[in-house]
Amino acid sequence: MGKRSVIPYGPQHPVLPEPIHLDLVLEDEKIVDVLPSIGFIHRGLEKLTEKRDFNQMVYVTERVCGICSFGHGYGYCDTVEHIMNIEVPDRAKFLRTIWFELSRLHSHLLWAGLMADAFGFENLFYQCWRVREKVLDVIELTTGGRVIFSVNKVGGVLKDITPEMQKAILEMLDYVEKETKVLEKTFMNDYTVQSRMKGVGVLTKEQAHALGCAGPFARASGIATDMRMRGYAAYGELDMEPIISNDGDCYGRCEVRIGEIYQSIDLIRQAIDKLPDGELAAVVKGNPNGEYFMRIEQPRGEADYYIKGNGTPNLDRMRVRTPTFANLAGLCEVLKGADYADVGILAVTIDPCISCTER
Amino acid sequence: MAVMTFAGAALKNFFSKPVTTKYPAEPAEYKERTRGHIEISIDDCIGCGMCTRCCPCGTLSIDKIKGTWTINRFDCIACGFCVEKCPKKCLTMVAGYQTPDGEKETVTYTKSPEVLEAEAKQREEMAKKAAEAKKAAEAKKAAEAAKAAEEKKPEG
Amino acid sequence: MTATEGKNEIIAIEPGELSVKAMEMKSKGLRLSQACAAWLRKEEKLELSYSFVDDETYDMFNVRISLDNDKRDTEIASISDIFPYAAFYENEMRELFGANIKVINLDLHNKLYRIEEETPFVPKKEGQN
Repeated sequence: MGKRSVIPYGPQHPVLPEPIHLDLVLEDEKIVDVLPSIGFIHRGLEKLTEKRDFNQMVYVTERVCGICSFGHGYGYCDTVEHIMNIEVPDRAKFLRTIWFELSRLHSHLLWAGLMADAFGFENLFYQCWRVREKVLDVIELTTGGRVIFSVNKVGGVLKDITPEMQKAILEMLDYVEKETKVLEKTFMNDYTVQSRMKGVGVLTKEQAHALGCAGPFARASGIATDMRMRGYAAYGELDMEPIISNDGDCYGRCEVRIGEIYQSIDLIRQAIDKLPDGELAAVVKGNPNGEYFMRIEQPRGEADYYIKGNGTPNLDRMRVRTPTFANLAGLCEVLKGADYADVGILAVTIDPCISCTER
Repeated sequence: MAVMTFAGAALKNFFSKPVTTKYPAEPAEYKERTRGHIEISIDDCIGCGMCTRCCPCGTLSIDKIKGTWTINRFDCIACGFCVEKCPKKCLTMVAGYQTPDGEKETVTYTKSPEVLEAEAKQREEMAKKAAEAKKAAEAKKAAEAAKAAEEKKPEG
Repeated sequence: MTATEGKNEIIAIEPGELSVKAMEMKSKGLRLSQACAAWLRKEEKLELSYSFVDDETYDMFNVRISLDNDKRDTEIASISDIFPYAAFYENEMRELFGANIKVINLDLHNKLYRIEEETPFVPKKEGQN
């Protein structure tokens, strides 16, 4: 047995985009134990329900996270709509689906860039983010914001996607698809990239289930679970299958996310094709009274929303369980037995968003 | 094992023109819907205060008598909820972001003197009318009371 | 595709039954999706909800413990022996709501979020400042 030493890792670290602190117990170069700690940026957004009414909270929940902003706003609105029994117009459902997939597209491209940066391939990082920029342009064109969409409201959406905008989206999708094919070649086939990812941080299906992993992280271990299969928004009317990989290592996680980029492109095309005419929002009357548990698929994985209303404009409780919170246990497991040099890559493969996690 | 999979893309980028804009030298392009900052056409404002009540970050304040509308642009998150709620649609979201500054300053918009004068006149008239109505109501009440008293008298 | 929305049930239980219920859920092959607490301002009640989900059928079972204001110190046995990753949720509930959860396998001693105030989501008890 070698000598043990403890190395603190984070909250500020060059390859780690998020403020998480890990105490790594090392035996020579191998990690034997991990103790994670978060709590550097707790903002208490959930407690704001006491001061803000349920319509204003839409804008607060959107700001839980910068990347999955639309997902949080949508999850919140959908949960409140379930409590208040509001029937959202079909067009609004499809528009929400389009925006949701656009946000997934830009989140996955961002992740691909961060991953490339983590294993030291900076040129690839630039390429991923250059492609992502086109998605952001379209998001700004349709919603007015580059990352914070602010198009959701309880009962529907605020803005419409006009035919010209639909054309711009389709053009962007062609471009992104073409460019992603080039990027995919590098991620999947390049010798150096493979040597950093293959066989690193293997998590079996049984382990992933026992640790309660969610989202692309679980799908890479072969668990075919995707909340979009529940058919919320307009997903019930679109054709999709969860993308899984059976490798369970970093390579598998990369494969799943790149597969999901193509899946998102396909879903947006289907949604624009089937986009019905009609109203943008339903009329909302009264205050929410009741409770509901909602699960949706964020770009980073499964997110849980729980809202309890008490008949006043201020909700009793608004709770967001973000995907990273579920994947923290999985991260600690894959780190055990890994090389110290791989910590950065492994931390990025769960697509951590600590800001989401702490609300 | 593929080798040099990235060579094609790298070479192409080497000879194509940059995808970025040289920002300060060339102006930035904003989309039509860009949520930059809020503008108000203050003379159309009726001072209902809807925007101050719906603002999620409490950055707006309004004074109906003085005819002013105050915004702290550094607190504003440009969500557009006030624009959505404004009944007179005098608030608009326009391109151009708030520039950084050393201090958080508020900006106050005041209605033009003519509009203020007209409004003051209107208020005066309203007050006069209200006073007259009140007077009339009081007179009516007194008359009714007197009538009731008179009706009561013969009985008593 | 065939959308399978799945069940969404709330099962009310007594504080002592939690471990048994969690074992039952685990034997069915479910996973703990989330656990959260809620303070009801009108009824003055503390509610703990543990959500168990099925990855194949998308069913969701929410196990609910309801505690009145005077009983909110009731000891609740942690389920982190059964679901190891429940420790994070239980630490969160204890830190923010003061739920008296005992024997968490990864005890962070109310330092998960590193906040200054103790149990900010519930009103202070008498005698507490």
